Amino acid sequence: MNPYGKIVRDGLWSNNPGFVQLLGLCPLLATSNNLVNGFTLGMATVLVLLLSNTIVSAIRGVVRHEIRIPIYVMVIASLVTIVELLMNAYFNALYNILGIFLPIITTNCIIIGRAEAYASKNPVRLAAFDGLMMGLGFALALILLGAMREVLAQGTLGDGLHLLLGENFKGVRLTVIPQYQGLLLAALPPGAFIGLGLLIAGKNWIDARMHSRSVPLVQTAPAAG
Amino acid sequence: MSAAPARPMLRAGALLAAFAIAAAGILAGVHALTADRIRQAEQQRLLQQLQAVLDADAYDNDIAADSARITGPKLPGNAGITVYRARRAGKPVAALLRVTAPDGYSGPIDLLIGIRYDGRLSGVRVVSHRETPGLGDKIDDQRSDWILGFAGRSLQQPPLSQWAVRKDGGVFDQFTGATITPRAVVRTVRDTLIFFRDNRDQLFDTPASASST
Repeated sequence: MNPYGKIVRDGLWSNNPGFVQLLGLCPLLATSNNLVNGFTLGMATVLVLLLSNTIVSAIRGVVRHEIRIPIYVMVIASLVTIVELLMNAYFNALYNILGIFLPIITTNCIIIGRAEAYASKNPVRLAAFDGLMMGLGFALALILLGAMREVLAQGTLGDGLHLLLGENFKGVRLTVIPQYQGLLLAALPPGAFIGLGLLIAGKNWIDARMHSRSVPLVQTAPAAG
Repeated sequence: MSAAPARPMLRAGALLAAFAIAAAGILAGVHALTADRIRQAEQQRLLQQLQAVLDADAYDNDIAADSARITGPKLPGNAGITVYRARRAGKPVAALLRVTAPDGYSGPIDLLIGIRYDGRLSGVRVVSHRETPGLGDKIDDQRSDWILGFAGRSLQQPPLSQWAVRKDGGVFDQFTGATITPRAVVRTVRDTLIFFRDNRDQLFDTPASASST
Protein backbone atom coordinates (compact mmCIF):
# COMPACT_ATOMS: atom_id res chain seq x y z
CA MET A 1 0.00 0.00 0.00
CA ASN A 2 1.05 3.58 -0.59
CA PRO A 3 2.91 4.67 2.58
CA TYR A 4 1.03 7.98 2.78
CA GLY A 5 -2.35 6.23 2.65
CA LYS A 6 -1.29 3.91 5.45
CA ILE A 7 -0.10 6.86 7.55
CA VAL A 8 -3.44 8.62 7.10
CA ARG A 9 -5.37 5.50 8.08
CA ASP A 10 -3.14 4.74 11.07
CA GLY A 11 -3.17 8.26 12.43
CA LEU A 12 -6.84 9.04 12.02
CA TRP A 13 -8.41 5.65 12.59
CA SER A 14 -6.77 2.27 13.03
CA ASN A 15 -3.97 3.46 15.34
CA ASN A 16 -5.54 6.69 16.60
CA PRO A 17 -3.52 8.01 19.57
CA GLY A 18 -6.62 8.98 21.53
CA PHE A 19 -8.91 6.04 20.82
CA VAL A 20 -6.57 3.11 20.17
CA GLN A 21 -3.11 3.80 21.57
CA LEU A 22 -4.66 5.71 24.51
CA LEU A 23 -1.59 7.91 24.76
CA GLY A 24 -1.71 11.41 26.20
CA LEU A 25 -4.80 10.74 28.28
CA CYS A 26 -4.02 13.46 30.81
CA PRO A 27 -4.47 16.43 28.44
CA LEU A 28 -7.15 14.56 26.49
CA LEU A 29 -9.36 14.15 29.53
CA ALA A 30 -8.54 17.45 31.20
CA THR A 31 -8.99 19.95 28.37
CA SER A 32 -11.88 18.33 26.54
CA ASN A 33 -14.60 20.08 28.56
CA ASN A 34 -15.65 22.09 25.53
CA LEU A 35 -15.11 22.31 21.80
CA VAL A 36 -12.88 25.41 21.74
CA ASN A 37 -10.50 24.14 24.42
CA GLY A 38 -10.28 20.74 22.77
CA PHE A 39 -9.65 22.25 19.36
CA THR A 40 -6.95 24.60 20.64
CA LEU A 41 -4.98 22.01 22.54
CA GLY A 42 -5.42 19.67 19.58
CA MET A 43 -3.91 22.21 17.18
CA ALA A 44 -1.03 22.97 19.55
CA THR A 45 -0.32 19.23 19.71
CA VAL A 46 -0.48 18.91 15.89
CA LEU A 47 2.06 21.71 15.53
CA VAL A 48 4.45 20.26 18.11
CA LEU A 49 4.15 16.72 16.75
CA LEU A 50 4.69 17.84 13.15
CA LEU A 51 7.80 19.84 14.05
CA SER A 52 9.21 17.29 16.48
CA ASN A 53 8.84 14.43 13.97
CA THR A 54 10.46 16.57 11.26
CA ILE A 55 13.42 17.55 13.41
CA VAL A 56 13.92 14.09 14.91
CA SER A 57 13.92 12.60 11.42
CA ALA A 58 16.27 15.27 10.08
CA ILE A 59 18.84 14.63 12.81
CA ARG A 60 18.49 10.83 12.80
CA GLY A 61 21.83 10.43 10.99
CA VAL A 62 23.69 12.48 13.60
CA VAL A 63 22.13 11.29 16.82
CA ARG A 64 23.83 8.31 18.40
CA HIS A 65 21.67 5.54 19.76
CA GLU A 66 22.71 5.95 23.43
CA ILE A 67 21.81 9.61 23.67
CA ARG A 68 18.72 9.68 21.46
CA ILE A 69 16.18 9.93 24.31
CA PRO A 70 17.69 13.02 26.00
CA ILE A 71 18.01 14.67 22.61
CA TYR A 72 14.38 13.91 21.70
CA VAL A 73 13.28 15.26 25.07
CA MET A 74 15.30 18.43 24.47
CA VAL A 75 13.85 18.89 20.98
CA ILE A 76 10.29 18.37 22.22
CA ALA A 77 10.69 20.57 25.30
CA SER A 78 12.16 23.40 23.21
CA LEU A 79 9.34 23.18 20.67
CA VAL A 80 6.69 23.21 23.36
CA THR A 81 8.30 26.23 24.99
CA ILE A 82 8.31 28.03 21.65
CA VAL A 83 4.62 27.25 21.06
CA GLU A 84 3.89 28.36 24.61
CA LEU A 85 5.69 31.68 24.16
CA LEU A 86 3.93 32.32 20.84
CA MET A 87 0.52 31.52 22.30
CA ASN A 88 1.17 33.70 25.32
CA ALA A 89 2.07 36.55 22.98
CA TYR A 90 -0.70 36.20 20.39
CA PHE A 91 -3.56 34.26 22.07
CA ASN A 92 -3.15 35.42 25.65
CA ALA A 93 -6.70 34.63 26.78
CA LEU A 94 -6.51 31.06 25.50
CA TYR A 95 -3.05 30.69 26.95
CA ASN A 96 -4.51 31.53 30.33
CA ILE A 97 -7.29 28.97 29.92
CA LEU A 98 -5.09 26.11 28.78
CA GLY A 99 -2.68 27.00 31.57
CA ILE A 100 -0.64 24.04 32.68
CA PHE A 101 -1.81 21.78 29.83
CA LEU A 102 0.27 23.61 27.27
CA PRO A 103 3.64 22.86 28.91
CA ILE A 104 2.33 19.36 29.66
CA ILE A 105 2.37 18.64 25.90
CA THR A 106 6.06 17.95 26.58
CA THR A 107 5.15 14.88 28.54
CA ASN A 108 2.46 13.72 26.13
CA CYS A 109 3.67 10.18 25.40
CA ILE A 110 2.38 10.33 21.85
CA ILE A 111 5.07 12.83 20.90
CA ILE A 112 8.13 10.98 22.12
CA GLY A 113 6.39 7.76 21.09
CA ARG A 114 6.22 8.85 17.43
CA ALA A 115 9.77 10.22 17.59
CA GLU A 116 11.11 6.88 18.77
CA ALA A 117 8.81 4.52 16.87
CA TYR A 118 8.58 6.30 13.52
CA ALA A 119 10.47 9.54 12.96
CA SER A 120 13.88 8.17 13.98
CA LYS A 121 13.63 5.42 11.33
CA ASN A 122 12.02 7.17 8.38
CA PRO A 123 12.83 9.96 5.92
CA VAL A 124 11.80 13.52 6.74
CA ARG A 125 8.83 13.70 4.40
CA LEU A 126 7.20 10.56 5.74
CA ALA A 127 8.02 11.47 9.33
CA ALA A 128 6.52 14.94 8.98
CA PHE A 129 3.40 13.46 7.41
CA ASP A 130 3.15 10.89 10.19
CA GLY A 131 3.44 13.67 12.77
CA LEU A 132 0.69 15.62 11.05
CA MET A 133 -1.66 12.65 10.84
CA MET A 134 -1.02 11.37 14.37
CA GLY A 135 -1.51 14.94 15.62
CA LEU A 136 -4.76 15.28 13.68
CA GLY A 137 -5.90 11.93 15.05
CA PHE A 138 -5.26 13.15 18.57
CA ALA A 139 -6.96 16.48 17.78
CA LEU A 140 -9.93 14.57 16.37
CA ALA A 141 -10.29 12.70 19.65
CA LEU A 142 -10.04 15.96 21.59
CA ILE A 143 -12.58 17.72 19.37
CA LEU A 144 -15.11 14.86 19.40
CA LEU A 145 -14.87 14.45 23.16
CA GLY A 146 -14.94 18.22 23.70
CA ALA A 147 -18.01 18.67 21.49
CA MET A 148 -19.80 15.74 23.11
CA ARG A 149 -19.13 16.98 26.64
CA GLU A 150 -20.09 20.57 25.83
CA VAL A 151 -23.42 19.55 24.29
CA LEU A 152 -24.24 17.28 27.22
CA ALA A 153 -23.08 19.71 29.90
CA GLN A 154 -24.39 23.01 28.54
CA GLY A 155 -26.39 22.27 25.42
CA THR A 156 -24.14 24.49 23.32
CA LEU A 157 -21.28 24.16 20.84
CA GLY A 158 -18.42 26.61 20.42
CA ASP A 159 -18.75 28.49 23.72
CA GLY A 160 -15.72 30.74 24.18
CA LEU A 161 -15.03 31.14 20.46
CA HIS A 162 -14.07 34.78 20.99
CA LEU A 163 -10.97 33.63 22.87
CA LEU A 164 -9.77 32.14 19.60
CA LEU A 165 -11.06 34.60 17.01
CA GLY A 166 -11.25 37.92 18.83
CA GLU A 167 -13.88 39.99 20.65
CA ASN A 168 -16.13 40.22 17.56
CA PHE A 169 -17.12 36.62 18.18
CA LYS A 170 -18.14 37.18 21.78
CA GLY A 171 -21.37 35.31 22.45
CA VAL A 172 -21.27 33.50 19.10
CA ARG A 173 -22.13 29.87 19.67
CA LEU A 174 -24.47 27.20 18.50
CA THR A 175 -27.29 26.35 20.85
CA VAL A 176 -27.86 22.68 20.19
CA ILE A 177 -30.46 22.07 22.88
CA PRO A 178 -32.48 25.20 23.75
CA GLN A 179 -33.70 25.67 27.34
CA TYR A 180 -31.31 22.97 28.46
CA GLN A 181 -30.85 22.44 32.19
CA GLY A 182 -27.35 21.06 31.83
CA LEU A 183 -25.81 17.77 32.86
CA LEU A 184 -23.08 18.59 35.33
CA LEU A 185 -21.52 15.13 35.16
CA ALA A 186 -20.39 15.69 31.58
CA ALA A 187 -18.35 18.76 32.55
CA LEU A 188 -16.68 17.06 35.49
CA PRO A 189 -13.66 14.71 35.22
CA PRO A 190 -15.76 11.51 35.50
CA GLY A 191 -17.67 12.73 32.46
CA ALA A 192 -14.40 12.82 30.54
CA PHE A 193 -13.69 9.17 31.36
CA ILE A 194 -17.23 8.04 30.60
CA GLY A 195 -17.28 10.07 27.38
CA LEU A 196 -13.97 8.67 26.18
CA GLY A 197 -15.18 5.17 27.03
CA LEU A 198 -18.31 5.70 24.95
CA LEU A 199 -16.31 7.05 22.00
CA ILE A 200 -13.91 4.10 22.12
CA ALA A 201 -16.87 1.72 22.31
CA GLY A 202 -18.40 3.50 19.31
CA LYS A 203 -15.20 3.16 17.31
CA ASN A 204 -14.90 -0.54 18.16
CA TRP A 205 -18.52 -1.08 17.21
CA ILE A 206 -17.94 0.49 13.80
CA ASP A 207 -14.79 -1.62 13.35
CA ALA A 208 -16.69 -4.78 14.29
CA ARG A 209 -19.49 -4.00 11.85
CA MET A 210 -17.10 -3.31 9.00
CA HIS A 211 -15.23 -6.48 9.85
CA SER A 212 -18.35 -8.66 9.91
CA ARG A 213 -19.39 -7.25 6.55
CA SER A 214 -16.08 -7.92 4.92
CA VAL A 215 -15.72 -11.48 6.30
CA PRO A 216 -18.50 -13.10 4.19
CA LEU A 217 -17.02 -11.48 1.11
CA VAL A 218 -13.66 -13.12 1.79
CA GLN A 219 -15.35 -16.48 2.39
CA THR A 220 -17.39 -16.44 -0.77
CA ALA A 221 -14.46 -15.37 -2.89
CA PRO A 222 -12.81 -18.82 -3.20
CA ALA A 223 -16.16 -20.46 -3.97
CA ALA A 224 -16.78 -18.02 -6.75
CA GLY A 225 -13.25 -18.35 -8.11
CA MET B 1 38.88 -1.88 30.42
CA SER B 2 41.19 0.46 28.61
CA ALA B 3 40.72 4.12 27.72
CA ALA B 4 39.28 3.23 24.32
CA PRO B 5 35.54 3.26 25.24
CA ALA B 6 35.93 6.81 26.56
CA ARG B 7 36.11 8.27 23.06
CA PRO B 8 32.57 7.47 21.88
CA MET B 9 31.30 8.59 25.26
CA LEU B 10 33.06 11.93 24.85
CA ARG B 11 31.69 12.28 21.36
CA ALA B 12 28.17 11.57 22.61
CA GLY B 13 28.61 14.11 25.36
CA ALA B 14 29.84 16.74 22.93
CA LEU B 15 26.87 16.06 20.65
CA LEU B 16 24.46 16.39 23.52
CA ALA B 17 26.09 19.66 24.55
CA ALA B 18 25.88 20.97 20.98
CA PHE B 19 22.15 20.22 20.87
CA ALA B 20 21.64 21.86 24.25
CA ILE B 21 23.43 25.01 23.08
CA ALA B 22 21.46 25.14 19.83
CA ALA B 23 18.16 24.66 21.69
CA ALA B 24 19.04 27.32 24.25
CA GLY B 25 19.98 29.74 21.46
CA ILE B 26 16.72 29.23 19.58
CA LEU B 27 14.69 29.60 22.76
CA ALA B 28 16.51 32.79 23.69
CA GLY B 29 15.72 34.15 20.22
CA VAL B 30 12.02 33.34 20.42
CA HIS B 31 11.85 34.72 23.93
CA ALA B 32 13.43 37.99 22.80
CA LEU B 33 10.97 38.22 19.90
CA THR B 34 7.87 37.60 22.01
CA ALA B 35 8.80 39.22 25.33
CA ASP B 36 7.40 42.63 24.44
CA ARG B 37 4.13 41.29 23.15
CA ILE B 38 3.71 39.02 26.16
CA ARG B 39 4.25 41.95 28.52
CA GLN B 40 1.73 44.00 26.54
CA ALA B 41 -0.82 41.20 26.54
CA GLU B 42 -0.47 40.68 30.27
CA GLN B 43 -0.69 44.40 30.93
CA GLN B 44 -3.84 44.57 28.83
CA ARG B 45 -5.36 41.64 30.67
CA LEU B 46 -4.62 43.34 33.99
CA LEU B 47 -6.13 46.63 32.81
CA GLN B 48 -9.25 44.83 31.61
CA GLN B 49 -9.64 43.21 35.00
CA LEU B 50 -9.08 46.48 36.82
CA GLN B 51 -11.60 48.27 34.62
CA ALA B 52 -14.20 45.63 35.40
CA VAL B 53 -14.25 46.72 39.05
CA LEU B 54 -13.77 50.47 38.51
CA ASP B 55 -14.78 52.64 35.56
CA ALA B 56 -11.82 53.93 33.60
CA ASP B 57 -13.09 57.53 33.71
CA ALA B 58 -13.11 57.60 37.51
CA TYR B 59 -9.36 58.09 37.69
CA ASP B 60 -6.56 59.62 35.64
CA ASN B 61 -3.39 57.95 36.90
CA ASP B 62 -1.56 54.91 35.50
CA ILE B 63 -3.37 52.52 37.78
CA ALA B 64 -1.48 49.36 36.78
CA ALA B 65 1.84 51.01 37.63
CA ASP B 66 0.61 52.57 40.88
CA SER B 67 0.62 49.28 42.73
CA ALA B 68 2.13 47.98 45.92
CA ARG B 69 2.61 44.52 47.32
CA ILE B 70 1.61 44.23 50.94
CA THR B 71 2.66 41.33 53.10
CA GLY B 72 2.15 40.67 56.75
CA PRO B 73 0.49 38.34 59.23
CA LYS B 74 -2.92 40.02 59.61
CA LEU B 75 -4.20 40.39 56.08
CA PRO B 76 -7.50 39.22 54.64
CA GLY B 77 -6.92 35.81 53.14
CA ASN B 78 -3.69 35.44 55.11
CA ALA B 79 -1.52 35.74 52.00
CA GLY B 80 0.13 38.79 50.55
CA ILE B 81 -2.15 41.19 48.70
CA THR B 82 -1.50 43.54 45.82
CA VAL B 83 -3.15 46.94 45.85
CA TYR B 84 -3.66 49.18 42.79
CA ARG B 85 -4.42 52.80 43.63
CA ALA B 86 -6.77 54.87 41.52
CA ARG B 87 -6.27 58.61 41.86
CA ARG B 88 -7.74 61.66 40.21
CA ALA B 89 -5.66 64.82 40.14
CA GLY B 90 -3.47 63.26 42.79
CA LYS B 91 -6.35 62.61 45.18
CA PRO B 92 -7.18 59.00 46.10
CA VAL B 93 -10.33 57.68 44.42
CA ALA B 94 -10.33 53.98 45.08
CA ALA B 95 -8.12 51.04 45.96
CA LEU B 96 -8.33 47.84 43.93
CA LEU B 97 -7.08 44.94 46.00
CA ARG B 98 -6.05 41.61 44.66
CA VAL B 99 -6.89 39.22 47.50
CA THR B 100 -6.89 35.45 47.73
CA ALA B 101 -9.74 33.71 49.51
CA PRO B 102 -7.97 30.65 50.92
CA ASP B 103 -11.02 28.55 51.75
CA GLY B 104 -12.79 27.89 48.44
CA TYR B 105 -14.32 24.46 47.88
CA SER B 106 -11.51 23.22 45.63
CA GLY B 107 -8.68 25.58 46.40
CA PRO B 108 -7.95 29.27 46.74
CA ILE B 109 -10.08 31.84 44.87
CA ASP B 110 -8.33 34.95 43.57
CA LEU B 111 -10.46 38.05 43.87
CA LEU B 112 -10.11 41.61 42.70
CA ILE B 113 -11.96 43.90 45.09
CA GLY B 114 -12.47 47.58 44.29
CA ILE B 115 -13.17 49.86 47.27
CA ARG B 116 -13.90 53.57 46.89
CA TYR B 117 -12.22 56.01 49.23
CA ASP B 118 -15.44 56.34 51.24
CA GLY B 119 -15.50 52.59 51.92
CA ARG B 120 -18.15 51.55 49.38
CA LEU B 121 -17.39 48.66 47.04
CA SER B 122 -17.02 49.71 43.42
CA GLY B 123 -17.03 46.11 42.28
CA VAL B 124 -15.76 42.61 42.90
CA ARG B 125 -14.58 40.06 40.33
CA VAL B 126 -13.15 36.59 40.49
CA VAL B 127 -9.77 36.56 38.76
CA SER B 128 -9.15 32.83 38.97
CA HIS B 129 -10.75 29.89 40.71
CA ARG B 130 -11.12 26.13 40.47
CA GLU B 131 -14.66 25.77 41.80
CA THR B 132 -16.99 23.05 40.54
CA PRO B 133 -18.41 23.86 37.09
CA GLY B 134 -22.16 24.34 37.32
CA LEU B 135 -22.17 24.72 41.12
CA GLY B 136 -19.50 26.88 42.72
CA ASP B 137 -18.40 28.55 39.50
CA LYS B 138 -21.45 30.84 39.64
CA ILE B 139 -19.13 33.27 41.45
CA ASP B 140 -17.60 33.88 38.01
CA ASP B 141 -19.22 36.84 36.27
CA GLN B 142 -19.22 34.82 33.04
CA ARG B 143 -21.54 32.29 34.67
CA SER B 144 -23.95 34.34 36.77
CA ASP B 145 -24.58 37.86 38.04
CA TRP B 146 -24.06 36.94 41.67
CA ILE B 147 -20.72 38.72 42.04
CA LEU B 148 -22.19 41.97 40.66
CA GLY B 149 -24.35 42.23 43.79
CA PHE B 150 -21.39 43.46 45.81
CA ALA B 151 -21.13 46.82 44.03
CA GLY B 152 -22.30 49.69 46.21
CA ARG B 153 -22.20 47.70 49.44
CA SER B 154 -20.08 48.70 52.43
CA LEU B 155 -19.56 47.75 56.06
CA GLN B 156 -22.71 49.72 56.93
CA GLN B 157 -24.79 48.28 54.09
CA PRO B 158 -25.54 45.60 55.28
CA PRO B 159 -24.37 45.91 58.90
CA LEU B 160 -21.30 43.90 59.76
CA SER B 161 -23.25 41.12 61.49
CA GLN B 162 -25.11 40.36 58.26
CA TRP B 163 -22.04 40.10 56.05
CA ALA B 164 -22.62 36.41 55.46
CA VAL B 165 -24.58 34.04 53.22
CA ARG B 166 -28.24 33.53 54.11
CA LYS B 167 -27.60 30.13 55.64
CA ASP B 168 -25.33 31.84 58.20
CA GLY B 169 -27.88 34.58 58.92
CA GLY B 170 -26.60 37.10 56.41
CA VAL B 171 -27.99 38.81 53.32
CA PHE B 172 -26.01 37.17 50.51
CA ASP B 173 -27.49 34.32 48.46
CA GLN B 174 -25.74 30.99 48.47
CA PHE B 175 -26.10 28.69 45.47
CA THR B 176 -28.14 25.53 45.34
CA GLY B 177 -25.69 22.78 46.22
CA ALA B 178 -22.81 25.17 46.89
CA THR B 179 -22.51 27.14 50.12
CA ILE B 180 -18.79 26.90 50.78
CA THR B 181 -17.78 28.87 47.70
CA PRO B 182 -19.96 31.97 48.22
CA ARG B 183 -19.24 31.83 51.94
CA ALA B 184 -15.50 32.03 51.22
CA VAL B 185 -16.00 34.97 48.84
CA VAL B 186 -18.30 36.90 51.18
CA ARG B 187 -15.99 36.41 54.13
CA THR B 188 -12.94 37.56 52.19
CA VAL B 189 -14.72 40.65 50.83
CA ARG B 190 -15.85 41.51 54.38
CA ASP B 191 -12.35 41.06 55.80
CA THR B 192 -10.92 43.17 53.00
CA LEU B 193 -13.38 45.98 53.76
CA ILE B 194 -12.37 45.86 57.41
CA PHE B 195 -8.72 45.89 56.43
CA PHE B 196 -9.36 48.87 54.16
CA ARG B 197 -11.19 50.76 56.93
CA ASP B 198 -8.32 50.23 59.38
CA ASN B 199 -5.44 50.89 56.96
CA ARG B 200 -6.90 53.23 54.37
CA ASP B 201 -4.40 56.05 54.44
CA GLN B 202 -1.47 53.71 54.67
CA LEU B 203 -2.75 51.86 51.60
CA PHE B 204 -2.70 55.03 49.54
CA ASP B 205 0.56 56.38 50.97
CA THR B 206 2.71 53.30 50.46
CA PRO B 207 5.15 54.08 47.63
CA ALA B 208 4.52 52.19 44.41
CA SER B 209 5.96 48.66 44.17
CA ALA B 210 7.14 48.59 47.77
CA SER B 211 6.22 46.28 50.63
CA SER B 212 5.07 47.27 54.07
CA THR B 213 3.33 46.13 57.26
